[in-house]
Amino acid sequence: MGVKSDYRFRHRHIFGMEQLSEPDIQHVIATARSFREISARSIKKVPTLRGKTIVNLFFEPSTRTRTSFEIAAKRMSADTFNIAASTSSATKGETLVDTARNIEAMSPDIIVVRHSCSGAPQLLARHIAASIINAGDGAHEHPSQGLLDIMTILDHKKELAGLKIAIIGDIAHSRVAVSDIIGFSKLGAKVCVAGPATFIPAAVERLGARVCHAVEDAIDGADVVMALRIQKERQNDPLIPSLREYATYFGVNRRRLEQAKPDVLVMHPGPINRGVELSPDVADGASSVILEQVRNGVAVRMALLYLVMGGEKSDDGQGGV
Amino acid sequence: MTTEMIILQNGRIVDPATGKDGIGDVWIEDGVFIASRPEVPERAFCLDLSGKWVTPGLIDMHVHLREPGHEYKETIETGTSAAAAGGFTAVACMPNTRPVNDNAAVTRFILEKAAGCAARVYPVGAISRESMGEHLAEYGEMKSAGAVALTDDGMPVVDSQLMRRAMEYATSHDLLVMSHAEEMSLSRNGCMNEGPVSTRLGLRGIPAAAESIMVYREIALAELTGARVHISHVSSEPSVALIRQAKLRGVRVTAETAPHYFSLTEEDVGNYNTHAKMNPPLRSERDRQAIRQALADGTLDAIATDHAPHSVLEKDVEFSYAANGIIGLETSLPLALRLVHEGVLSPVQLVDRMSCAPARILGVGGGRIACGEPADLTVVDPDRLFTYSAATGRSKARNTPFDGWQFRGKAVLTIRDGRITHRDL
Repeated sequence: MGVKSDYRFRHRHIFGMEQLSEPDIQHVIATARSFREISARSIKKVPTLRGKTIVNLFFEPSTRTRTSFEIAAKRMSADTFNIAASTSSATKGETLVDTARNIEAMSPDIIVVRHSCSGAPQLLARHIAASIINAGDGAHEHPSQGLLDIMTILDHKKELAGLKIAIIGDIAHSRVAVSDIIGFSKLGAKVCVAGPATFIPAAVERLGARVCHAVEDAIDGADVVMALRIQKERQNDPLIPSLREYATYFGVNRRRLEQAKPDVLVMHPGPINRGVELSPDVADGASSVILEQVRNGVAVRMALLYLVMGGEKSDDGQGGV
Repeated sequence: MTTEMIILQNGRIVDPATGKDGIGDVWIEDGVFIASRPEVPERAFCLDLSGKWVTPGLIDMHVHLREPGHEYKETIETGTSAAAAGGFTAVACMPNTRPVNDNAAVTRFILEKAAGCAARVYPVGAISRESMGEHLAEYGEMKSAGAVALTDDGMPVVDSQLMRRAMEYATSHDLLVMSHAEEMSLSRNGCMNEGPVSTRLGLRGIPAAAESIMVYREIALAELTGARVHISHVSSEPSVALIRQAKLRGVRVTAETAPHYFSLTEEDVGNYNTHAKMNPPLRSERDRQAIRQALADGTLDAIATDHAPHSVLEKDVEFSYAANGIIGLETSLPLALRLVHEGVLSPVQLVDRMSCAPARILGVGGGRIACGEPADLTVVDPDRLFTYSAATGRSKARNTPFDGWQFRGKAVLTIRDGRITHRDL
């Protein structure tokens, strides 16, 4: 994997792709690959994290990511507990810091957190001793998704360097987009983002992405096309006139995909709005690796849980956070 | 400490109002400035101020003292104590207390509490009842009780017709209208400047246009009504350009900025530092440079802190939920002195922006060292090296991004009405 023998994974917390170096990313993927075969066994369990307590602290509803982390922890023999916002004290007016301190009193080793506020995982880490893994914070980052996307691409392409990767959709409100742009760029891919201008955040090129005016330009010659979910819920801040118009002008369909490379990979972080950001024939077509992304998600999360526990407890480069 | 006669000797007197900038003595007797005499009386308390500046008392025209209603954050006593420690002899306090200072009773309460405190307090009344932006407050009553200006600071006036009527009616009472310029439909849910950092951190951004659109509205309404209008806490280049053009046309508009807007940028939000969250937000480096230039050329008349005390309850939370604002009374002068050391402002300009201009805009006394007038003055050691510590500050609050900063220059003596309110000589 090109990782030097004196390499050590030094991160106690995983807040985002921003903190990870290229060797870090390669190391997580190599570790995840070594874990992937566990999920194919008839007895899908190893004792690696036996005796460790992992709390899934989810302040936002999530089925896929939470389940993926839970399966990952259980395959490593850790004890897992799920705390959802509806059953936590968040609705009783307890602050995040107080909630964290209460959980801390139960001595968890890792807290996997999802929160609607960007930066919430860093706030938790400032107040408690457990390792924190960000499972999605606001519109900031979703690092395990970024890593599983890289892993999926690397299953099909030798390396990311030199690839053209198009990310289409609501870039401005997507933590997946931020993690993908940062991660793909760090490995040398050329990332193009496209979508209606209302979906393109300010100065996104500073993250490493090129903005394409038209979806066709982004897809032209692309090795990977990633479509992002269009959130139907976003009503009090109108960004597009209708899903119908979005599908017509910005949706990824067979006609647009013809401009990509013949061996293009079609990806989507899920859940898909079929017929909106992705036409059904493309979502289910030969180029689609969407279910491979889900499979790799478990392996990447096993790797992250293992690495934050097994790595040296030294500074993670995030200073005092 | 009260002394009948104080003589400050050999200081560099920087007094823009009289055009004086040179070594000399300042005499104070019974709380007022007096002319020097040939003989120094034996009873006089003399201080040698060689190497230091003697300036008219600094005035901060934009502070939140939080009393009544939020005394756990700050009180009039602790806030004015912090003011004195920062070299200020007077502050103007914003009306967004609980209850809102929208009537004479609250104005009088503030002034009663302020009596005997370390700095003069000039209450600013609300533009609208409860600052709800619907009905005019009673300007005449508030002015009679001691209010010096009007604002709905923190609750921008959305309705342009109400703002127009407020300006018109304010002219009938010769009151200044201060505007918190923010177009709420553009800033809604935003928590920092819109730009590369907001994108990196995944935080909802507030574009500079949210400020400049309202700055233009206030200028247009000032032209329409002839009112005296003051733009509070200007943070961005487009706003500066609009104010500059308006002044050239002769519009009666003045403006202030805060030390954080010429000292910090959006980059200082760093890793979700809630002590870098304020409204308007910290902007880009280009905006910061424009603010510095505008202070130098006088487009921005005054430096005011927007001192906004909050407890950890409001700041040690998710960035999106954290309250806006930082304290500033004890770091304002040290930050402004950096502009002098960097050659952006002359000492005379600095004293103008922090003393003369606020006095002139608010229409209050002070801002000059003149015989027979109340002896409010500040002694500045422009070269004193020190490390600012929020924990040892006089404010009740600790919410500042400048904790631990090393500074060159500070107020070493503050005198209000001939009484020493702060001494660090």
